[in-house]
Amino acid sequence: MIDWPLVSVIIFLPLIGALIILFIKEDEVTSINIKWAALLATLGTFILSLILWLQFDYSNPSYQYEEKFRWFDDFNFFYHVGVDGISLFMILLSTFLTPLCILASWNNIKKRVKEYMLSFLFLETVMIGMFASIDILLFYIFFEAVLIPMYLIIGIWGGNRRIYASFKFFLYTLFGSVLMLIAIIVMYRNTSSMSIEFLQGNYFSYNTQLFLWLAFFASFAVKIPMWPFHTWLPDAHVEAPTAGSVILAGVLLKMGGYGFIRFSLGMLPEATEFFIPLIMTLSIVAIVYTSLVALAQTDIKKLIAYSSVAHMGIVTIGIFLVNQQGLEGAMMQMISHGLVSAALFLCVGVIYDRMHTREIEFYGGLVQRMPLYATVFMIFMLGSVGLPGTSGFIGEFLVIVGAFKFSSYVVIGAAFGIILSAVYMLYLYKRIIFGTITNNKLADILDINTREKIILIPLAISVILLGIFPNLFLDPMRLSLELIITNYEIANAK
Amino acid sequence: MLNNIYNIFFIPEIFLACSSFVCLLFGLFLKKNAFRQTSNLAVFVLLLTILLVYFDSESNFANYKSLFSHSSFINFFKILALLGSIASIIISKDYFLGIKLKNFEIPVLFLFSTLGMMLMIASNNLMSMYLAIELQSLSLYVAAAIKRDSISSAESGVKYFILGALSSGILLYGFSLIYGFTGSMNFDDISFYLSKYDNLNLGLIFGLVFVMVGLAFKVSAVPFHMWTPDVYEGAPNSITGFFAIVPKIAAVALIYRFCLVPFENFYLEWSQIILFLSIASMFLGAIAAIAQSNIKRLLAYSSIGHIGYILIALVAANDDGIKAASIYMFSYMIMNVAIFAILLSLKVKNEYLINISDLKGLSKSNPIISLSISIIMLSMAGIPPFIGFFGKFYVFIAAIQQELYVLSVLGVLASVISAFYYLRIIKIMYFDESQSEGIINFQISFQSKIILSLSLFLIICFIFYPSLLINISASLTI
Repeated sequence: MIDWPLVSVIIFLPLIGALIILFIKEDEVTSINIKWAALLATLGTFILSLILWLQFDYSNPSYQYEEKFRWFDDFNFFYHVGVDGISLFMILLSTFLTPLCILASWNNIKKRVKEYMLSFLFLETVMIGMFASIDILLFYIFFEAVLIPMYLIIGIWGGNRRIYASFKFFLYTLFGSVLMLIAIIVMYRNTSSMSIEFLQGNYFSYNTQLFLWLAFFASFAVKIPMWPFHTWLPDAHVEAPTAGSVILAGVLLKMGGYGFIRFSLGMLPEATEFFIPLIMTLSIVAIVYTSLVALAQTDIKKLIAYSSVAHMGIVTIGIFLVNQQGLEGAMMQMISHGLVSAALFLCVGVIYDRMHTREIEFYGGLVQRMPLYATVFMIFMLGSVGLPGTSGFIGEFLVIVGAFKFSSYVVIGAAFGIILSAVYMLYLYKRIIFGTITNNKLADILDINTREKIILIPLAISVILLGIFPNLFLDPMRLSLELIITNYEIANAK
Repeated sequence: MLNNIYNIFFIPEIFLACSSFVCLLFGLFLKKNAFRQTSNLAVFVLLLTILLVYFDSESNFANYKSLFSHSSFINFFKILALLGSIASIIISKDYFLGIKLKNFEIPVLFLFSTLGMMLMIASNNLMSMYLAIELQSLSLYVAAAIKRDSISSAESGVKYFILGALSSGILLYGFSLIYGFTGSMNFDDISFYLSKYDNLNLGLIFGLVFVMVGLAFKVSAVPFHMWTPDVYEGAPNSITGFFAIVPKIAAVALIYRFCLVPFENFYLEWSQIILFLSIASMFLGAIAAIAQSNIKRLLAYSSIGHIGYILIALVAANDDGIKAASIYMFSYMIMNVAIFAILLSLKVKNEYLINISDLKGLSKSNPIISLSISIIMLSMAGIPPFIGFFGKFYVFIAAIQQELYVLSVLGVLASVISAFYYLRIIKIMYFDESQSEGIINFQISFQSKIILSLSLFLIICFIFYPSLLINISASLTI
């Protein structure tokens, strides 16, 4: 194994990059130095996180690469980080998407490039830190610190209603997470420990669990987001710059799902058992309702934003099935959605950069002028629909298989949502790609350039890779998920 | 005998009192640069006083046992108050020179008021407590009205004086009732007397309520906060800075000591009052600040909100509560020092900044300053990883140890509301389109720069080595 603090290096490398950028003199015209520094820092982080994956011990269900030292003298709060099968791919997702975001903003961010790159690097540090922390308070600090750069990214570089969207995003998510803070302190009071590992042993009485569960639910349901707490998401997505939407959809939404697995399932099993019907109802409503809402959208980004809510509904169903297929499906769906929706937002960004509008009406017949773009877009569109051979299929299939063990009503709801997702995605694709060019402004639109190829092709490859070799991803996480399920079943059998 | 005299002189309060007179005379006899020199001397005196407080041993206080007490809690808050007043004298020096307010009395008034605060924190007797409060307040009344030719300054001074005198009257009435029913002025004697009873009788309850009202005035807890926004707004900015930073420290220490020493056993009686004050302050502070356009009024409401959080820790009334209060007060002081160090150096069209909307476009012209303001605002809003988060975190730990779940939930909800107006400042600096360049300029003296960087350093880097402060606060006994 590796004897140097790999996880900490991965967490803090972007931050070090940010500090270096802070002292680079900003060149007013191109800011090329700053962009390169940011790109190198994020690429370096990505390469290091690949080492994490290569050296990962598949036969160990608990945390690996652990680092632990005392932080606060007066109570058991440690700087304690590590990686297990669940967090491994979340970290990889963050480190993979951030360099792509930097590349995607290469030309279209013209003002305050320095601040922009600083925000992104800080964001990467807190995202990775959050997934890697084994101490709840550390988790919380990272979890809430995510708000700062995201608020700035939406508010400074966003669209017309960016101020409204950034405040809504910040206050909504803050509201959820402060309740989690109370829950964390209550947990500490009962057990004198802040270690996630330790707390996964069911130490709370039934009534305490119910309250704790609700507090965690408030925070993760807003974050993931579940219907009816999703209203911040379309606003934030539409107003955020392309790269902001990518991170928001690709990583930030997964914080909710990750939290449900770690905290609700892992620490509060009996309460979870009690609340499963609630979650299932909300998820099915979310899938069907937001799919229908997505069908009616006129803005491409808003449509994808609503489709995210629907896809995350599949994730919550999968998580709260609490069986092997369901959880694996939920994890796969999260990874797949992280790649696919990020790619879809990047695709929207490509045409937005050219035409500066996201109205579906405006486009039509893009295949005539942008054949390569149409191909790439199609891969991601099919990934989002869940066509076999793409990543989306694996997740949805596993969740539905798992759901048969639970209730056929859930299966019907989820399947209905998947059909609807095919409807709105294909309809979207038809409207903007197929047909003849009716809008004269599109007559000389250019196909994707090299930079955009560099961004989109790795994503397309990984979407297909994930669809063809799911075991590459499922194997490392299997034992960690099994551990959670076993703990859950033991607790509920008592 | 001679030895004793030395000892007496080295009692920090006596040293500070004598040195304040020296400062007064020093300023009086200086012809040139009297203000600047006196300020420097005042800072020096305060530094020496910190050393004396730090090395102060209990024996020196033997003769004053019935009037003043001595404990690590008291020393901590004394040092906090002294640090706060050093910082506020340094950061306000250039401001005073800038607005041509060069009365050398100002630093002397600060010294006397700081002396009053030290006595307030240490007082162990109703009489000495009252006199200390008056010494502190009288100096502050004069300071608020020091800009004689400005109507707003005079108005704020008079307002402060009238309301302050009213509250002192109520306080004194409460003291007289407590004295009447217990027959003692000394905290320990009152505590001893009360320990014989299970319930407070009606007269004592009245006395307690009156004293609470008076103290709530001093810490500006809702509903006795009315003076705060007006006085903050009317007084010159640097005086506002002093008001925001220092007197709160002393008043908070006093309200803690008053509740936890003589009335220790009657938790139920006073905790209801504090509970109400706390909830009302948090919510009013959060909601009323949203509509403010004047930065000083905004900071006034923000400080009211912060007082609400500190009072949560008092309701918790355990060791964690004392720890939380000292950490919170430290972070409060640091954040206010930092924000006022910036406000006192920012000029918009050659006027010192008043309106929040004037911050527009600051991120373009002064990226570092606007970044600093953002960090301070996020810290005040309690967003990790800054120091303000840990203040709130410890407060909630104390509350939950005492099973005050509803209070903690209300507290976090208020913190979400208050995040709105802190974010608004960041929004104005970063999101709004800027006005033409060169309107805002930022000039800061070397000394204030050191204070500013030091406080920013503490705000940001507290997370890396929290144990230093936490170990100190954990060892405090009231």
